[in-house]
Amino acid sequence: MLGAKRPRRSPLLTVLTGIVLIYSLVPLGWLFINATKSQAGLFDSFGLWFTGDFSLFENIGATLAYDDGVFVRWLLNTLLYVVLGAGGATVLATLGGYGLAKFDFPGKRAVFATVIGAVAVPGTALAVPTFLMFSKLGLTNTPWAVIIPSLISPFGLYLMCTYATQAIPNGLMEAARMDGAGELRTFLRVCVPLLAPGIVTVALFTMVATWNNYFLPLIMLKDPDWYPLTLGLNAWNDQAATAGGQAIFHLVITGSLLTILPLLAAFLFLQRYWQSGLATGGVKD
Amino acid sequence: MGWGFVGPFVAVFAFVFLAPIAYAIWLSLFRTRLIGGTGFVGLDNYGQAFVDPQFWESAGRVSLFLVVQVPIMLFLALLVALAIDSGRLYGKAFFRVAVFMPYAVPAVVATLMWGFMYGSRFGLVGNINDVFGLSLPDPLSPDLLLASIGNIVTWEFVGYNMLIFYSALQVVPQSLYEAAEIDGADQWGVIRWIKLPAIRGVLLIATIFSIIGSFQLFNEPNILQSLAPNVITTHYTPNMYAYSLSFSGQQYDYSATVAIVMGIITVVVAYAVQLRGTRKGH
Repeated sequence: MLGAKRPRRSPLLTVLTGIVLIYSLVPLGWLFINATKSQAGLFDSFGLWFTGDFSLFENIGATLAYDDGVFVRWLLNTLLYVVLGAGGATVLATLGGYGLAKFDFPGKRAVFATVIGAVAVPGTALAVPTFLMFSKLGLTNTPWAVIIPSLISPFGLYLMCTYATQAIPNGLMEAARMDGAGELRTFLRVCVPLLAPGIVTVALFTMVATWNNYFLPLIMLKDPDWYPLTLGLNAWNDQAATAGGQAIFHLVITGSLLTILPLLAAFLFLQRYWQSGLATGGVKD
Repeated sequence: MGWGFVGPFVAVFAFVFLAPIAYAIWLSLFRTRLIGGTGFVGLDNYGQAFVDPQFWESAGRVSLFLVVQVPIMLFLALLVALAIDSGRLYGKAFFRVAVFMPYAVPAVVATLMWGFMYGSRFGLVGNINDVFGLSLPDPLSPDLLLASIGNIVTWEFVGYNMLIFYSALQVVPQSLYEAAEIDGADQWGVIRWIKLPAIRGVLLIATIFSIIGSFQLFNEPNILQSLAPNVITTHYTPNMYAYSLSFSGQQYDYSATVAIVMGIITVVVAYAVQLRGTRKGH
């Protein structure tokens, strides 16, 4: 934006950028439209328009009821992994980022260097050794196998650290200490409120990572009762390809829609927080 | 006192990051034989990986993916970020949120959706062929599959990168724009001389993250496998190779070796890009 002048709106630029907008939205539109079709309707109608009969609510009912309500079970599992995994990751990143930003202690540089170095190690390259280690410890095929690795978010730590450096004036911490507040009390009462937008940002991004996690649960879990939604949906989709398996594409599509709605809603409603969190926090160099 | 706050993170980090790396290195030095059990073999596994055509085929494939998909995605993301930041769009808040939305969609759902659309049974490609009497090429055919995966990955991450660029553009100091205005710079001049240099650090970070992501490619081809079983082999990407070595082949030692070699390649490429990127800045 140049100076104090408001730049003129450009219809041409809006239309050109609109191409990317359409590209981003068409698959989501396709998903919604096709979630309103019966299995037969999927095959004999045009993909980007509705059929005469609107079966969305039937489909939702069928998705939730199929196979004794296993979809609901997967949803609850996903919620468990998100609350404990992403919640724990947010707490650890907030504590750690604050500690790195606001204290000097021996080994601080080493912690920084190791964590930043670890970002370059492909997370999935760690997956097989982590699986072997966890299986020795008897943790595979339990929720812990999914939750514990989710607790670490190097990006979250980095974002909190930059955010804390900028958002908390040292003078304020000094003042709280002068008033006789302990370190924990200073942190909880004085600093956490100032860190709130950063915390929401980290929480949202770790939540997306846990909610959308596929590779880790794929290798850690055998028992479908512990599957998150992502594994469950893929299992439903593969069912059509197996001999004698029942094709349930309408349930795969409706289930996919139900899976993405909570995250889309969270991003829409918390926009104000995560956008300011990103702008002040981790993305500045 | 600082350790009190950092300690919990470091403890879990050591358990889920450092311990598996150490364990993978340890495993890669052993080999299990049918006769004689598991024995120490030194660097033999690395020698095997070095001449393993399946490994290099998969590594070559993700490298090709990297050099084509990453520039397209980042360029699109940059264009949209600049367009939104220019203040010349109608409904810019809507653009920002809508283009970002696919990031919240799990890779599984994104791949299932695009997989359905690619399909000829009730997919969009089939629909368009029927309605217009065309015969568009099959996106799931051997020639096009990698490009089709690239399209899915681009769709998933273009908005995320756009938002990172846009956030960085937002914190460019106003004084720089004022100085440019005094110098009589036009829109392109402002982009070329102020905006791009101001976000070069973020561009570099996004490039490195995208490189790491490409080398790790797994979810999308793994999920598409049921649609194109003959095209997507068990060694389609290095990660799929490591996965199938472990879980279908029980060759844990060699699988760990493949993971480590790919990790080293990733670190080296990411480091080289970073060096080049920072040197150009001076």
